[in-house]
Amino acid sequence: MKEKTQVEAIDRSVYDIRDAETGNWKVDAGLTEEIIEQISDEKNDPDWMRAFRLHCLSVYRSLRVPDWGPSIEGLDMDHIVTYVRRGKRMSNTWEEVPQDIKDTFERLGIPEAERKSLAGVGAQYDSELVYHNVREEVAAQGVIYTDLESAMRGPYADMIREHFMKLVPPTDHKFAALHGAVWSGGSFVYVPKNVEVAIPLQSYFRLNAKGAGQFEHTLIIVDEGASLHFIEGCSAPKYNVANLHAGCVELFVGKNAKLRYSTIENWSKNMYNLNTKRAIVEEGARMEWVSGSFGSHVSYLYPMTILKGDRSQMEFTGITFAGEGQNLDTGAKVVHQGSDTSSYVNTKSISKSGGISTFRSSVVVTENARRAKSAVSCESLMLDDQSRSDTIPAMDIRSGDADIGHEAQIGRISDEAVFYLMSRGISEEDARAMIVSGFADNVSKELPLEYAVEMNNLIRLEMKGTVG
Amino acid sequence: MAEALLQAEHLNVSVEDKQILFDIGLNIAPGETHVLMGPNGAGKSTLGYALMGSPRYKTTGSLLFKGEEIVGLPADQRAKKGMFLSFQEPLEVPGLSLESFLRSAVSERTGVKVRPWEFRKQMRKVMELLEISPEKAERGLNVGFSGGEKKKAEILQMLLFRPDLAILDETDSGLDVDAVRLVAEGIRTYQQEAGGALLIITHSTRILDPLRIDRTHIMVDGSLVYEGDASLVAKVNESGYDEFIAMKKA
Repeated sequence: MKEKTQVEAIDRSVYDIRDAETGNWKVDAGLTEEIIEQISDEKNDPDWMRAFRLHCLSVYRSLRVPDWGPSIEGLDMDHIVTYVRRGKRMSNTWEEVPQDIKDTFERLGIPEAERKSLAGVGAQYDSELVYHNVREEVAAQGVIYTDLESAMRGPYADMIREHFMKLVPPTDHKFAALHGAVWSGGSFVYVPKNVEVAIPLQSYFRLNAKGAGQFEHTLIIVDEGASLHFIEGCSAPKYNVANLHAGCVELFVGKNAKLRYSTIENWSKNMYNLNTKRAIVEEGARMEWVSGSFGSHVSYLYPMTILKGDRSQMEFTGITFAGEGQNLDTGAKVVHQGSDTSSYVNTKSISKSGGISTFRSSVVVTENARRAKSAVSCESLMLDDQSRSDTIPAMDIRSGDADIGHEAQIGRISDEAVFYLMSRGISEEDARAMIVSGFADNVSKELPLEYAVEMNNLIRLEMKGTVG
Repeated sequence: MAEALLQAEHLNVSVEDKQILFDIGLNIAPGETHVLMGPNGAGKSTLGYALMGSPRYKTTGSLLFKGEEIVGLPADQRAKKGMFLSFQEPLEVPGLSLESFLRSAVSERTGVKVRPWEFRKQMRKVMELLEISPEKAERGLNVGFSGGEKKKAEILQMLLFRPDLAILDETDSGLDVDAVRLVAEGIRTYQQEAGGALLIITHSTRILDPLRIDRTHIMVDGSLVYEGDASLVAKVNESGYDEFIAMKKA
């Protein structure tokens, strides 16, 4: 009765359609001064940016590859193409986007989502944005949502120069330096004082070119009393060579402002996802992260929040699903600098078919932060004996009156619970999927509806054929 | 005698090579209510689990349900044929709300997708009968339910699924007076209004009072040693199991 089916990977057919790489302009593989200069020429960088890129390259060369996480030996920087662009420049109407690229985003449901539920959309294809648009009424509120390159030459040039890679300096780690040297694409968002953006903005990142890297930079500034929900989605077709994603996200949350940053990451399983995300939160402001990590071969991802102002808050809700051939090292960091600050980290991880999921958390409370509160909770579910799940918490508490909690649980699907559901007429496969979906429920509840549906579909597909 | 709904013949049940039930014979006709009694550890719950198809137990012999051999059939198929087991300790499934679970189970059993609002109306009616507060429907299945609420939720499932045979494993244990009354009322509704058959595993008579009982079985050390009518329940309550234990030894 129990049929053992082998499903290699989830049905990624929608994500896996590769476009032909005709008409692409790209730099040579590897990293040299010439390549950096070429990118700078191509992008018509201001002088300070050109100099910054070259500085980053020297920092990159001086730093070592991290030796404390999953192996990234399969990633050979000499073979990664850092910049790939289709002939056309960015458009703000879908009609002008090249047909095959348009088809790709249509399949991923981006234009449909824009019509239905978004205040603005950015779509990046390989190294460049191909589409960027923001609703008129949102633009009328003074909200800026555009690509960084054009913003760097516009009225916000100084603001960008003041903030760009100040929160994540190139010296932070080797891949931050790499990012600084070759970054391209991404978004710039500015929400003026007291403006509430009622519906989300979304950027979608698609990496199509084989053996390429994507290094988009997202810079969001939410001014005093303003609020924003920003969603990012990412995917790529699968190749048998390594692709690299080393994006960087810098978020500035002003006094009494609120920012929610949601991510559904579904990279293909040849991707090295070495991404850096960081937020700095001023007095009375609130930062919320929602993070779903499903794809990539190796991930290093630990969004960091600096609670700088008094009474600032952060909440992190995340889920990681590591399947066959995946080693996903994820987590969250928080630094409490202001007094009466609070952080709440709630993550779930699922591993199956030999997948490895590691959760790292770091809570730092500085000497001057009075009455800081922090609660970290991590629950893991292992679906078989070959899979692995680890929790690595770190705490550095330097004040006497902090209230710190940490909880970790690792579990399996109970056979009794499966039998219980089966005795109600539910098949074994569905019973297991229901238990896993239930486990992930508090995360899917935080996601925008269409992403919650997508996440449950991903879980259901991952659970197919696990009955043995 | 009416054609049997459930017919067990020479049923042997073991777990990890240790035999627990021996040569069980049992006949339950449609709509009949049978009571299964016996001292602790006699194997009563094991019989309930084995009849429902728990993968933990290995079963040999013959077990017919509606004339069909079901030994080896997984629990979900038995459920779809019309069997139900009320668990002594219902499992908790965090994140799976009671309502969406009930709705998918009803859809799965009937093969027809039920409309959410129609289903909710129907579910609320039964919840009211059992005095389960409506917000419990939003909660994770059995998560944060008291012992009594869990048992009431089992009866709620039974009334919504409308099985042909419901096996109730110690449904009255650990309940306060009010909960016993409500659970008993739920079972009575199932028995008398839906005409469902029952196999009630119990120690006490508290939930049996409002019910019509057709047969009573006594189990000792994994064997069914004695069978009688409704009056046997009172007799056991008066003089205990000694006589039946002696019977087994003889």
